[in-house]
Amino acid sequence: MLKIKNLHAKIGDKEILKGINLTIKAGEVHAIMGPNGSGKTTLSSVIAGREDYKVTEGSISLYGDDLLDLAPEDRAHKGVFMSFQYPVAIPGVTVTNFIKTAINAKRKVEGKDDMPAAELLKMIREKAKLIGIDRSFLSRSLNDGFSGGEKKRNEIFQMAMLEPKMAILDETDSGLDIDALKTVANGVNKLRSKDNAVIVITHYQRLLDYIVPDFVHVLSDGKIVKTGGKELALELEAKGYEWVK
Amino acid sequence: MKDKLIASFMAFENKGSVQTDTEFHKIRATAMQQFEKIGFPTKEIEDWKYTSLKKLWNNDYSLFPQLPKHEIQLSEVDTYFLKGIDSYKIVFVDGVYSPFLSETTHDGMEICLLSAAINKLKYKIIMEHFFNKAASKSDGLTVLNTAFTSEGAFIHIPKNTVLQKPIQIIYFTTECEKDVLLQPRNLIIVDENSQVQIVERHQSLSNKNVLNNTVTEIFANKRAHIDYYKIQNDTKNASLIDSTFIEQKDQSVVSVNTFSFGGDITRNTLSFYQKGEHVSSILNGITMLDGTQHVDNQTNVFHQQPNCESHELYKGIYDEQSTGVFNGKVFVEQIAQKTDAFQQNDNILLTDKASINAKPQLEIFADDVACSHGCTIGQLDENALFYMRQRGIPEKEAKALLLYAFTNEVVDKIRIPVLKTLITKIISHKLGVELGIDL
Repeated sequence: MLKIKNLHAKIGDKEILKGINLTIKAGEVHAIMGPNGSGKTTLSSVIAGREDYKVTEGSISLYGDDLLDLAPEDRAHKGVFMSFQYPVAIPGVTVTNFIKTAINAKRKVEGKDDMPAAELLKMIREKAKLIGIDRSFLSRSLNDGFSGGEKKRNEIFQMAMLEPKMAILDETDSGLDIDALKTVANGVNKLRSKDNAVIVITHYQRLLDYIVPDFVHVLSDGKIVKTGGKELALELEAKGYEWVK
Repeated sequence: MKDKLIASFMAFENKGSVQTDTEFHKIRATAMQQFEKIGFPTKEIEDWKYTSLKKLWNNDYSLFPQLPKHEIQLSEVDTYFLKGIDSYKIVFVDGVYSPFLSETTHDGMEICLLSAAINKLKYKIIMEHFFNKAASKSDGLTVLNTAFTSEGAFIHIPKNTVLQKPIQIIYFTTECEKDVLLQPRNLIIVDENSQVQIVERHQSLSNKNVLNNTVTEIFANKRAHIDYYKIQNDTKNASLIDSTFIEQKDQSVVSVNTFSFGGDITRNTLSFYQKGEHVSSILNGITMLDGTQHVDNQTNVFHQQPNCESHELYKGIYDEQSTGVFNGKVFVEQIAQKTDAFQQNDNILLTDKASINAKPQLEIFADDVACSHGCTIGQLDENALFYMRQRGIPEKEAKALLLYAFTNEVVDKIRIPVLKTLITKIISHKLGVELGIDL
């Protein structure tokens, strides 16, 4: 599904990714772990198309389509979704209106009419229930005054609504207590299918107790230095990142 | 231009049907003398530091109403009226009242013309009591308007009257031979316990240069409620100098909502005088400009009695090379204890060449008050843009949505639903998108 080949990227003059190779198949969950500054967030931002980062070498393709030439919104329409470590507050736009705008933007590209209101409301109700979020939450301004847990749950709710092929969860566990972590992980697990794939970017092993990965990659200084099964995460937790450097 | 105006004044006086010994005539003559002394404002005056009218005075303005090239048709101007609701209308074309486009009344209230109030004996007492009582005697352009006062809207709502339909005051300028300077004068008196909504608009249909130097006086008696909306979305050749003076008695609530979307130079001076206790003054504004447009908002709130409040919220979006000024003054006199004054001015600059000069100014002489003010100037949030694009919203729509959300807090305060729709439409048109959502 997603193929990353020899990816090099920099921000300003600083090279952060120094040759990433990664192949992800439909139905798989890949965890990317690594210490601060290893390039985890850069990797997710580059896949999503953040323009501050410059790709100097290599390629990223989704189902054979080159992603690097596409604008962030075009990548989203092809099925790329990134759950933000720090979701942005947009006062004045409700959660419902935001998701409606996003869904209809994609439908427009696909040559479809706007989703009928009744259908949209039904979908919102179902997904909100699935993720375990309160309906009153949907009429609040997007991420405005949300707690850390609410923000992350809102990200997963949007993921549920947009039904991406390739979801990247960037430090979704940061700032969450254990109950919120379980809720978010449960939401992600319910959305997993044989047709989509998930990249879980995390610092700590604990999220992986709940979202169990098929593969664990260790990122260090812009390169994947070790790849293994879910047991690698436990080993890392016990031995620390110094072990793989 | 100043000399031309002075010379024209005599001709103007002789042309009118006014008896030259009336009180009204004396007010005009005094105002003219005052104008001769003060003249036009220059950039040396602190409040005019960022707005120069110099280029306007190079235009060869005609000072008297000209005959329009052709009779105006309803279909030409239909789009400038509020649609789908019943309303009173006081409409002027090239400075002359248009009975054809208007819908006025004398039935239990006066929603009519200032010229009637000037010339008819039955309005003498009310004119002497209110006319020119709130307007500035020291601002050059206001005294100029006073000197040339002849026409405008006259509204007098007697006590205990809640108007069920809004009043639209519209000034059209049509294609004339020459550039034109119009000086409309509005007088609005709302008596005890009465409520009214008013929408004012100036619209040029001409390619000639148009300058409106308009003065409005509003008197809110005890417990009166007035919502006043100004729609400023004029052509690139049209400039507007709007001076509005409001006097409020006990427990009255007056809001003035200024929507500045365009024109060449727009200068809004809004002055609230709180003359009673438990008064509430509300000032809302949206300024949204592009090209080389310029809008200058000067707001003054004079807290002169205890236990009153004022709430001010102005939002500005400046694109291309447009420029803005926000000068928000709040004066709290020593007697005005327990004043609650709030002021907020937020601005977004979309380009490096756009600019805003923002200056909150609070002068507080009372000690038991709650006054706060805030001012922000920033760019569009890049993080928010990327976030929205990541969710599949195209860049242009994402920008528009962010900007619309920015203005929404003010749009939401509009209490006439069709006007709210109209303002939303103008905003989405300016943003170049169809905002298919109801935020």
